[in-house]
Formats: sequence, structure tokens, C-alpha cells
Amino acid sequence: MLVEFALHHAWLVPLLPALAFLIIVFLARPWPKLSAFISVGGMATACFFATLAAYGVFTNHQYTEHPLVYAARWLTLGLPGMPELQINVGVQLDPTSAMMLFMVSFIATFIQLYSVGYMKGDPGFSVFFSYLSLFAASMLLLVISSNLLQMFIAWELVGLCSYLLIGFYSHKISAREAAKKAFVTCRVADFGLLLGILGLVITFGTLDLVELSERVANFREYTTFGTMTLLAILVFIGPIAKSGQFPLHVWLPDAMEGPTPVSALIHAATMVVAGVYLVGRMLFLFHEVPVAMDLVAITGAFTALFAATIAITQREIKRILAYSTVSQLGYMMLALGVGSLTAGMFHMWTHAFFKALMFLGAGSVLHALHHKADVWEMGGLVKKMPITSWTFVIGGLAIAGIPPFAGFWSKDEILVVTLNGGHYILYAMAAFTAFLTAFYMWRLIFLAFYGEEKPENHPHESPWTMCVPLIVLAAGAMTVGLLGTPWNNIWAEWIFFGEAHHSGEIAWGAMISSAVIAVAGIYLAYTLYLKDKEKVKVKALAERYKSLYNLSFNKYYIDEMYLWFNHTMVDGSAKLFYLFDIYVVDGIVNGLGGFGKLSGEGLRVLQTGRLQNYALVFFLGVLAIAVLMVFAGPSTASLVLGGVM
Amino acid sequence: METSIYSVLAFYVLAAVILGSAILVVSMRNIVHSVLFLAICFIAMAGLFLILDAAYLAVIQVLVYAGAVCIMIIFGVMLIQRTDMKQSNLFNRQTFMAGGVVALTLAVSGFFAGTTAWADLAANTPVPEDSLGQIGQLLLSKYVIPFEVAALLLLVALVGAIVLAKEVKANVDD
Amino acid sequence: MLTISLTHYVVLSAILFSIGLFGVLSKKNAISVLICIELMLNAVNINLIAFSKYITPNEFIGQIFAIFVITVAAAEVGVGLAIIIAIYRNKLSVNLDEFDWLKW
Repeated sequence: MLVEFALHHAWLVPLLPALAFLIIVFLARPWPKLSAFISVGGMATACFFATLAAYGVFTNHQYTEHPLVYAARWLTLGLPGMPELQINVGVQLDPTSAMMLFMVSFIATFIQLYSVGYMKGDPGFSVFFSYLSLFAASMLLLVISSNLLQMFIAWELVGLCSYLLIGFYSHKISAREAAKKAFVTCRVADFGLLLGILGLVITFGTLDLVELSERVANFREYTTFGTMTLLAILVFIGPIAKSGQFPLHVWLPDAMEGPTPVSALIHAATMVVAGVYLVGRMLFLFHEVPVAMDLVAITGAFTALFAATIAITQREIKRILAYSTVSQLGYMMLALGVGSLTAGMFHMWTHAFFKALMFLGAGSVLHALHHKADVWEMGGLVKKMPITSWTFVIGGLAIAGIPPFAGFWSKDEILVVTLNGGHYILYAMAAFTAFLTAFYMWRLIFLAFYGEEKPENHPHESPWTMCVPLIVLAAGAMTVGLLGTPWNNIWAEWIFFGEAHHSGEIAWGAMISSAVIAVAGIYLAYTLYLKDKEKVKVKALAERYKSLYNLSFNKYYIDEMYLWFNHTMVDGSAKLFYLFDIYVVDGIVNGLGGFGKLSGEGLRVLQTGRLQNYALVFFLGVLAIAVLMVFAGPSTASLVLGGVM
Repeated sequence: METSIYSVLAFYVLAAVILGSAILVVSMRNIVHSVLFLAICFIAMAGLFLILDAAYLAVIQVLVYAGAVCIMIIFGVMLIQRTDMKQSNLFNRQTFMAGGVVALTLAVSGFFAGTTAWADLAANTPVPEDSLGQIGQLLLSKYVIPFEVAALLLLVALVGAIVLAKEVKANVDD
Repeated sequence: MLTISLTHYVVLSAILFSIGLFGVLSKKNAISVLICIELMLNAVNINLIAFSKYITPNEFIGQIFAIFVITVAAAEVGVGLAIIIAIYRNKLSVNLDEFDWLKW
């Protein structure tokens, strides 16, 4: 009964946080506790409905083939020369969106609960919660959209909220800069996405996802293969920035300037997975274009490896996690690129839990250490902060891929589909990335939570509002992967694209090798960072491969390259245009003015104002007319004189 | 057409007087002398009108031009000229240019006068004896409206001249 | 040579007109300009009356036209003199070289 209600009123899920946002902004802002209560309450209720809706979807197999769509006409556009275009707004429930709906609302709820403790005493407490609500509402709207345009609006709303939240500490210059960077980077890519959406409308005449997927399947009736390739690549440009793929990943590490719960929300459940989700939703488009699929897969694999190599040398705790997020998003893209919606979404699902957990854990650490972020200055925190440390360790095990934690199953799934698809190079990249992931994550854990305590630190355990989400998410990080084990793959039965492809055959080789890789990474981190108390080997290594170390530590100088590009190319061309404007455009305008002035000066002499002068000239004219009339004849003369006579 | 030697002679004499006095009108440095030669010019022209069988116009010429207009101009000169009368009628700076334009005018009009076939236009009939009576009848019958308008024009000119020349008392504080 | 034709009158009129025009364009004194305008008008009158005699001797159009010209000339002299007097009262001068009012 209640499940039915939730299924048919899924629009309530994004609406409740949106309402919370409005209430906080217009009414409850002066009372921080009330604001927090409204925000968390709205989110929890939304989560409740989302859970019911997800339950409804996942107990009825008919929705895998035929999504539940409720749509209302929003506007009808009639352009000359084009068929009438009807744009709907609505909700679309299928296993993928139901899973996302549940995941986003669930994680957002716990992050909001955590924020109550983390943001205590902040002057912008109420505002922060209103932003969080709006952020969650936008993301839920994006997830549930049945229409590309609606999705794009939500996509931009998400971008706006991330701007507001990253720049939340607006008194800090770095926060403002980071917010701008995130906004501008995403805007660059959104241009591509918007072009892609426009192209899709023009080509296929519809924006509804279901209808579009049907038409795209028979795209040869509408357009050529070349256009399809172009459209797919344009659409993919949006997710490149949103999901932090190379080369537009630069904003993501800087986004750490926001409050830590924001980082958790952005990196685990909302903004960055929006790109992956969009690619997943549009997989029917990419599927028709093998080139685009390859592009997605290669971008993903490269980003995964690239970000992992940066993460191994970073020192700030949140920055390491940020690059790990970039790397994991690369995994998801890789999975989608090799054609497996199942694996991509599965990794997104598990990643949401363990990454949210780790960010919240990092936030707890920063909270305790008064925002001292360098992992080298931490140490031995496990004694003073047992809950934070142990939950973080669980997260570390999950991301490293130790069975039976969540990350193992999803990562294994990706490796298996890559291998099965015959992409051996991509497989090697992904496997090596897995090794690096285990290494850098456990480097972080060994440095921050184990080893010697630093006497200048006075850590303390966080309040219950922060610990409860950690424990819940840790439980999630341990168990959510069990949905997709090779023995009983419930996940693949529900979320798939094309054919449900899991054969039931268990790839023992891949499974064992990925577990061994993970253990090897952890062991390497153990020998270098925990056993070796003075870190002699590490320093020696860094000294020996100094150029490589610097390259990684400075993030391959990508930011510097962009800066250089901006300074030389953009500023240079601006300078060029400036000079063009000053000399050519202004020259033309000033020249016209000068011509008028000069000719005025010249003609002024003729205007003597003397009656007899004028009479003289007048008489010359009379003579000329007389001569003209006599010699040319009256008709020609009248022609010359403009028909005066 | 003119057969009488006297009338031919009279034409040349009168033309010489008209042109000579007209040149003197323009070239005199004293404006009173100019007006004097103007009167001579007008009177000679009245003689020319007699040759042209326009007795009435000759009379009007003497009355209006030689009489009224010249006297009025003398009055104007006397009202205005308060400095040396001998330097009262000089040439301005564009005299040479004016000479050029005038020469051009003369050339053009002389060319037209010489090339037009006047003989084809000529009616070759004598002017009726009683020209005055016929003009009077025409003025009061066929041309009565222009005649009355001319009367009105004179009235307006009279009033306008008085208003314009009147001492303006209201604006003394300017 | 012994006959006087229309051409003689037209040439005489043209010369007189040119003399008047020269005066109008080159004299400094405003009253002098007025006088020269009278000369030009008289040149026109000679033409009109000559045409009346030689071309339409029985209709008197030229003569009547000349009467109107004389009327208008008289009115013109009256109003012109009044204007000159008004200007003189303002500027204490009738020297046209000192006036460049048409600039404004």
C-alpha cells in the first residue's frame, strides 16, 4: 500500500529537500537548530520514500524492461521548418534510477546528520543546511528525470550548488578561487553537453529518454553514423568535467576547500557520479558508436591510473581522497566504456558508501586536529579516536579491494568485464591502478592512524552525530558488495544494459589476482610507512626518483599548464584583440570623426555669412541652370536637376 | 522696322545715356552722385519707352522712378550717412570675382540675345494709337484682380515700412 | 544698321542688367545695393516693353507687366529702406562687409 504510494509519487523524493531549502531560506534561517531539524527531517523522509520506491521497483521485474514513467507536458515548441517539439517533465523509475535514488538520499541523510555535529557553531549554519538540501534535491531530480532537458537543468543546479558549497568559507581566498574553478571548468564542459542535447533534439526530435532510446536504436532512419559519433562525443564532454575525468579533473581536488561534509557529498553520492550516471543513462547512444565507447573506456582507464599516480605522493588527507575519487570514477567510466552498465553502477554504489565513509572519517580527524591536514603530522590516532579510525580502516579495506568488503566485488566485476571484452591493455592499467590504490590508501592509514603519536596533537573522539553516520556507512561498506558476488549476482539481474550478461561462471583467476594485488599494495605500504619507523627508504626513494616524485607531487603540472595556456594564449589573444580594438576599430571610428571634423573645418571657410558672397554663388548657379536648359534641352535638364522643373 | 533716321539716332543716344549714367551710378564714390545719375538714367529710359510706343509707362517711369524712388533714396541716405559723404559708396573685397561673374552673365545673355531668331517672333504690326485707354480698360477688366492685389501690396508695404522704420522704444534697456 | 530691331533692345537690357548686377555684388553700401537692384529691374522693364511692342503689340501684356514691376519696385524700395534704417539704428552702420549674420 505504502509502497504503491511511493512508486506513484516518486516526485516527492526531490521535492521534500527542495521544500526544506525554501523553508530554511525564507523562514527558519534565524534558528540554526530548527533549520538543521527541517533539513535532516526532510532528507530522512525523502530517504524513506526513496527506499519504499526502490523496494517497489526491485520486487517487480516488469520495470527492468518497461520503466515506470510519469510525465506531464511542460511546453510545446513549434519552430518553422521543424516538427513540433513537446517537452515533458516527469519521473522515470527503473532499477538504475531507483538504486540511485535510494543511494543518494540514504547517503545525503547521513551526511546531513554528520554535518549537525561538524558545523556546530558556524555562523552560516542554517545557510549551509539550506544549500545541502538544495544540492540533494537537484541531484535527486537529476536521477529521476525522464527527460534530457530536465536532466540538464538539474545538472546545472547541481553545478550551482557545488559552487555555493565549495565557496562556503567565502572569507578564504582559496575557497573562492576553488569555487570559481569548479564552476568555470564544469561550464566549459557543459557547453559540449548542451550542444549534444541540441543535436539530439534536432536529429531525433525528442528529449524523452525512453523514446530517444527507441529512436537511437534505429538511428539510420534519422541520421548518419558520423553525426552519431559527433553527438556521442559532445554528450560525453559534459561528464568529463562533472565526473572529474582527465583532462578536466582539475577542479575536483581543489573542491576540498569546502567543508568536509560537502566533500563527502560531492565525491561520494552526488555531483561527481552525475557524470557517470548520465553516461550510464545515455549508454544506448554510446552503444551505437564503438568509437565513443572506446573513448569512454580509454578516458576512464587513463584517468584511473593517472589520478592514482598523483595520489601516492600527496600529503593532505583530503587531497589524497580527492585523487582517489578521480581514480575510482575512472574505473566507473572504464566499466561503462567496455559496455557494462552493471559493473559501472555497481562500483558507483559501493564507492558511494566507502568514499562517503572515508571523507566523513577525514572530516572527523580534521575536526579533532583543528584542521591540520598533513598526514605526515598525524600519527597514532587510533588510540584517541577508535571509532573514526576503525571505520576508516574498514573503508580502506573496501577501497583497496580486500574480500569480502564492498570494493572488492565491484572492482573485480570491472576487471572481469574488461578482461572478457578483450581489452588487455585497459585491464593491465586497471589492475596496476588497483595496486596503487591499495598502496596510497594504506599509506594514508598507516601514517595518520598508526605509528607514533605526535605530542603536539590533542585529538578527541567526535560527537555522536558524527559517529553514527560513520558506523552506519562502515556497515554499508562491509556489506553492500554482497549484492553482486559472482555466486549470487542479484545486482546483474536488475541493472544491466542490453542482455543480462553474467554467465554465472566464476572468474577465479581475476578474483584471486585482484585480491593478491590489493594485499601486495597494502604490504608495500606497511613496509615503507609503518615498519620503517624513520621512513628512510621512502626518503631515499623520493630522493632517487626526484623528477618523477616532483611530477607526481605537482600533479603533472596540469594546473600550471592551464595557467600557462590562459596567460599566453587567452591573455595573448585578448591583448591582440585589445590592440586590434585600440588601433583598428577605434582608428576607423576616430578616423570617421576626424574626417567629419576636418571637412567641417574646410567647409567652414566657405560659410562667410556675407550676403553678397551668397548672391554671387547663387548667380553662378542661375547661369549654370540657364546654360544647361538651353544646351541640354528642358527634359534632360529636368532630369539632371532632379525633376525640379 | 524703324524707318525714321531720327528714331534710330534717338535710340543710340538714349542707349548711350542710359549705359553711361548706369556705369557712373555704380562707379561713383559719393552716393549722392550715384543717385543723381540714377535719376538721369531713369529719365533717359522714359525716353526709350516713348520710342517703344509706351507713353503711359514713360510717364509712370518719370513719376515713380525719377520722382518718388530717387527722392526716397536721397531721404534714406540723408537719414543714415553721418560721416564723410565723399567716401560713402565704395567697392567691397569681392569686386574682381563679381566682375568675373558679370562678364560670364554678359557673355551668356549676349550669346542668347545674338543667337535667338527674334525676327521669327516679330508680329510686324504697329502698336495702336490709343494705348493708354486700352491699358486702362485691361487693368480694370481682365487684370482687375492683380491690380487690386498690387494696391493691397502697396498698402502692406506702406504699413511695413512704417513699422520697420519706427523708433523702437520698448527695447531701450537692451 | 538703319533699323532698330528687338535684338538691340535685348542687348541693351542685358548690358544694363549686368551693370546692375555688378553693383549689387560689389558695393559696400546697402543703399547702393538697393539702387543697383532698381537698375536691374529697369533692365527687365526695357525687355518687357520691347517684347510688348515687337511681339504682341495689340495685347499690352508686356506693358501691364511692367506696370506691376514698377509697383513692386516702389514697394520694395520703401520696405528696403525701412529695413536699412532699422539695421542702422541697431548697428550704426550700413556697411555690408561688417555683417555676417547669415552665419547664424
